[in-house]
Amino acid sequence: MIAPATTQGAAQDAATAGAPATFVVELPEFSGPLDLLLSLIRDERLDVYDIPIARVAEQFLARIQHLALDEAADYLEMAARLLRIKAQLLLPRSGDEESWEDPRAELVRRLLEYQQIREVVEHLDRLGEERRDRFVRGSFAPMAALPAGVPPLALSLTELLSAVDRVLRVAKEPTVHDVVQRALDVAGAITSVRGALALRARTRWTEVVGADAEPWQILSVLLALLEMAKLGELRLAQPKPFAIVEITRESAGEAA
Amino acid sequence: MSPLAKLLEAALFASSRPVPLDELRALDAEASPEDVQAALDGLRAHYDDPETGHSFELVEQGGGWQLLTRAEYSEAIERAQLAQRPQRLSAASLETLAIIAYRQPIGRAEVEEIRGVSVGGVLKALLERGLIDIVGRSEGLGRPLLYGTTSAFLEQFALRHLEELPRADELAIALRADPRPL
Repeated sequence: MIAPATTQGAAQDAATAGAPATFVVELPEFSGPLDLLLSLIRDERLDVYDIPIARVAEQFLARIQHLALDEAADYLEMAARLLRIKAQLLLPRSGDEESWEDPRAELVRRLLEYQQIREVVEHLDRLGEERRDRFVRGSFAPMAALPAGVPPLALSLTELLSAVDRVLRVAKEPTVHDVVQRALDVAGAITSVRGALALRARTRWTEVVGADAEPWQILSVLLALLEMAKLGELRLAQPKPFAIVEITRESAGEAA
Repeated sequence: MSPLAKLLEAALFASSRPVPLDELRALDAEASPEDVQAALDGLRAHYDDPETGHSFELVEQGGGWQLLTRAEYSEAIERAQLAQRPQRLSAASLETLAIIAYRQPIGRAEVEEIRGVSVGGVLKALLERGLIDIVGRSEGLGRPLLYGTTSAFLEQFALRHLEELPRADELAIALRADPRPL
């Protein structure tokens, strides 16, 4: 997929990339400069133990520019390292052959080490794939705990602060409720429930309590229903939580 | 199935993580380790039986025993959107994990030296996923943190223990004197 760029002549300075390249941290096919270097060595069919360093350094520079990697520090560092090795090889050696160490040795060691890791990675990836095919208990997504479509609360800081301000301002003046004694009318409620049940054997809470009922009326009906249920005049049932309460006339209670 | 095998099955069924052998042994104080092992082998054979077998298998991995659905059902389960296969790890994560698995305890600088890239972000992600953990500090300058792999790492790759990874001398390229896992 990448045409090997062949740069003839002197090694270009890595910094002279033409247009500002987009910063690519990691292309899927290269996980780092060593990876790129290895692929270069493979593509060119070079011997890792005897790398023609001048050629590889130039190829490497050309490639990181081509792949817009020349702004990634890790790749640049490797480029600099290659150029330094190249320079060291060009220096005249001092006569002592014995103590001379090939400047490429360290790079070769690192390449081999990295290659070994890549081999382990392939192994791990294979194992991981096999494992990912098998589900453990509890893999299924949990049932949604909340009804969908509840929008998240969106608030800016200023909105929050002004809301706090409003609350505080109100809180400074404690509200005093006038509590008015209002007698409940349980007897009246019993009469109206009996009336409703006289027409039909079954009715519902919403039918014995008007939609615009006052709290005292609601309470009256509630107490009336409980009282009548206790006396066995009717049966109360709620098919499921929060469902409307169903009221059924007890046949035994009809005589009462 | 023996009563012991059924007891072990109940525990394995109830658990969503690998159950270590000592936890399984604690279920029946009367049973010897050999009994437990025999019962586990019996269960595995029972699930694997071509006639009466099950859609799940008994696997020893991640420091314990665990029931896992068989691979052939993963596609259907995923297609029905009932469960998602865990995400595949990136090359960067796998390289970092491989290095830590073989060289633990190991510091960040050493990992970077081998990979030739900075690994701060990858280490953080692996820590968050519980695949690696901080196992100590080096005696060196600045006492850098040392990392090691966890049992969750073993589970992620269905490994019983680190020794199941290929030994250095089994790899195509053998290096260093002894980069055996600890």
